[in-house]
Amino acid sequence: MDGFLLQATLFLLGAVVAVPIANRLGLGSVLGYLIAGVVLSPVLKTLGVDAISIQHFAEFGVVMMLFLIGLELEPRQLWAMRHRLLGLGGLQVVGTAAAVAGFAMLFGQPWSIAVAIGLVFSLSSTAIVLQTLGEKGLLRSDGGQASFSVLLTQDIAVIPMLALIPLLAMPELMDVAGHGAEAAHGAGHGTDDHGGDHGGGDHGGGINLMEGLPGWAQTLVVLGSVGLIVVAGQYLTRPMFRFLSHAHLPEIFTAAALLLVIGIALLMTLVGLSPALGTFVAGVVLANSEYRHELEADIEPFKGLLLGLFFITVGAGINFALLFGNFFVIIGLTLGLMLLKGLVLFALAKIFRLRGSAGWLFMLSLAQAGEFGFVLLSFTTQNGVIPGALGQTLSLIVALSMLLTPGLFIFYEKVVAAKIDVTKPEEDEVDESGPVIIAGLGRFGQIVNRMLLSNGHKTVVLDYHNELISTMRQFGVEGYFGDPSRPELLEAAGISEAKLLVVALDDREKAVMMVEHVSRDFPHVKIVARAYDRQHTYQLYAAGARDIVRETFDSSVRAGRYALMALGHHPFEAEKASRAYVKMDRDNLAELARLWDPDLTAIENEAYAAKAREINARMEEAMKGMHTDYHDRTERGWTPPPKGYASKLE
Amino acid sequence: MFRFSFPWAVLASIHPVSLRKKVIVPVARNSILILYAHPSQGRSEVNQEMVHDVEGTAGVTLIDLYAEYPTFEIDIDREQGRLRSHDIIVFQFPLYWYSTPSILKEWQDLVLEYGFAYGSDGTALHGKVFLTAITTGGAEDAYSHEGYNHFPLRHLLSPLEQTANLCGMTYLPPFVLYGSRTAREHNHVAAHADRWVHVLDLLKADRLNLAKAAMAPTLNDALETEGL
Repeated sequence: MDGFLLQATLFLLGAVVAVPIANRLGLGSVLGYLIAGVVLSPVLKTLGVDAISIQHFAEFGVVMMLFLIGLELEPRQLWAMRHRLLGLGGLQVVGTAAAVAGFAMLFGQPWSIAVAIGLVFSLSSTAIVLQTLGEKGLLRSDGGQASFSVLLTQDIAVIPMLALIPLLAMPELMDVAGHGAEAAHGAGHGTDDHGGDHGGGDHGGGINLMEGLPGWAQTLVVLGSVGLIVVAGQYLTRPMFRFLSHAHLPEIFTAAALLLVIGIALLMTLVGLSPALGTFVAGVVLANSEYRHELEADIEPFKGLLLGLFFITVGAGINFALLFGNFFVIIGLTLGLMLLKGLVLFALAKIFRLRGSAGWLFMLSLAQAGEFGFVLLSFTTQNGVIPGALGQTLSLIVALSMLLTPGLFIFYEKVVAAKIDVTKPEEDEVDESGPVIIAGLGRFGQIVNRMLLSNGHKTVVLDYHNELISTMRQFGVEGYFGDPSRPELLEAAGISEAKLLVVALDDREKAVMMVEHVSRDFPHVKIVARAYDRQHTYQLYAAGARDIVRETFDSSVRAGRYALMALGHHPFEAEKASRAYVKMDRDNLAELARLWDPDLTAIENEAYAAKAREINARMEEAMKGMHTDYHDRTERGWTPPPKGYASKLE
Repeated sequence: MFRFSFPWAVLASIHPVSLRKKVIVPVARNSILILYAHPSQGRSEVNQEMVHDVEGTAGVTLIDLYAEYPTFEIDIDREQGRLRSHDIIVFQFPLYWYSTPSILKEWQDLVLEYGFAYGSDGTALHGKVFLTAITTGGAEDAYSHEGYNHFPLRHLLSPLEQTANLCGMTYLPPFVLYGSRTAREHNHVAAHADRWVHVLDLLKADRLNLAKAAMAPTLNDALETEGL
């Protein structure tokens, strides 16, 4: 236990110190984690911590990341991307693998090892690249989208690669199925601790349902389990989450989300498939469910921490003895690899017409090897495809190339983007119009939502009443279940890219909290807030909202107008009277809101009290029908000139 | 218990006399649409009187635009329907800055659509008669080249005149009451309102020589020269 606490403290300390500093220096969080790992590695070594086994555990972060990627991709979108996935992504994987394998053979490697190396190096780092693109806001740009397609293809391609690699060890004719579990083992190691079955030593979770089954049955089981994920994801998760949401226990929802991801990973491991593939499919299936954003918000912190841990272990795993022993060879190989990958990407950028900064971003962002490279390497060495010593060197190259990646991003930002964007400002497509987030889908939010939708705006609707969201979804409204005042949910819904937030919550305190949070952390987001009454208006104003609508004000004014008409006032006079009333009331309210102080009561706040008394007096006069500002406004419009005015005109 | 009984009473009510009776219809009977625009009717001294005298008259449809569209959301289809079903279109308004009150401009902008009021298919208004009934604050001599308004009223209204022309309507000069701010004090209001009812009767019965009237500076002048 002490050992665990010490390790946890070290890792967390490393992250907490290194990441903010790296971010501050513009290096990005991934480099921060890697540096923390490098710094920690001697300490870990003296403590006898096995960084590699921790890395296997941390690889579960990659599984979670694929789940989250799946959540972002509706099946429809995935289908729409098929050309890019197959063309751009497929060519990148095949092209790079072939080029790397060719060079490996030039260096005298036998073809089977050369192909294995090619496969390992064809992959890029989904974790680093997506994280960095997201942090720098480049994910939606042309180059970012192209990179994303390639990374997605690579993540999917890992699965056939895991099946292919044992075949490369042909002479020994190893039992392919038996090692399928090991293949999954790398990425799915987290399930070991969950399953509680540690009997198998290193392969705690390595129970394989497939053992002893004939080939056709294995295929059936594999197809069946993927089918199970699709069907269960489509039909079982909704009732389950609905049931859980009635409990109103956020941690149970989080537990269920984790159970979903880990359970699928376990199932995949059992049938010898990649857990990453399984969770990815589950994510895609759940992508158009109303629980999508809540799931995202729940899984995101776990994913972030596990990936961070993963990068720390990559940093810690750098074998400096080996590196300094063959410093120039390894550095040379690393740079050569990145150059080669970059050249393949450059060719693809030309073929697929990624111009200007988009092409550069595409080329620079994907030139490294990736975390799946580690997974494949450990798998290849286990299968005897690549000898252990060579595996160590290759591991080092993967780690170094990942370590250099943030540098390429910095190069892109400081040199390419700066230069290209100055000379050709219209090169990068402007971000598609940011979405509108509507928090609260009651009677108030619904009307706002309908108006926005019918005017062609994309809205994301959040509400913590499950029934309401379900009903709305039946009418085709895009709604998600969750507590909108939770910052994580807001972030999952895209607040950082949103243009507008409509706060239409019933809960007054939550509405104020939300406005406070968003106006402080996302000052670019415009806020339209619904207020319950005057007091609430002041609170929202103090919290930073400026477009504040009292929920019953406009309807009351309309009722007043109808009342005047019913009493025989000319409709246009009634209209003028209601306009004048609205103007006066809103002016007064704005004056009072500016004077109101959340820390003082109305009586303690002298300026406020004085203004309120003044306004009350004015109102009283107006209500007695005396000639005041209120009346003047009504009467000024369309008043004829005084009698006899014409004789004075010349 | 049910016996069929022939409805003799119904048959008896079809009196042979009523079948023979001839309804006397005037030779030509034009229908008139008055679009009345006054944004401050509580202060009106002349227009309200004119409206009061015309209200309920057979063959005249009176529309208070500010009452019907207090928020300016003009129903284009309804307004076009009204135009179709009348022969004579009248804008009645107090002059605001040498033009109509704003709702009448809004009305023109929305209702007189291409394909309805103008354009090769826009023939809905062809052959109809258009005129205005206007009250002005300034005296008659102010509306002359020598007066402080520098233009005769008919000149100032040329946008309306050309609108009528483009829509294929016969444009009649304005029926006007100058110096309306002091009309009540000079006891001109009742006479003007009576005159207005008379004008409408003449138009309904087609007893006005439109070609001649169209040449006059005001409709008031035309009536005077015609001795009507």
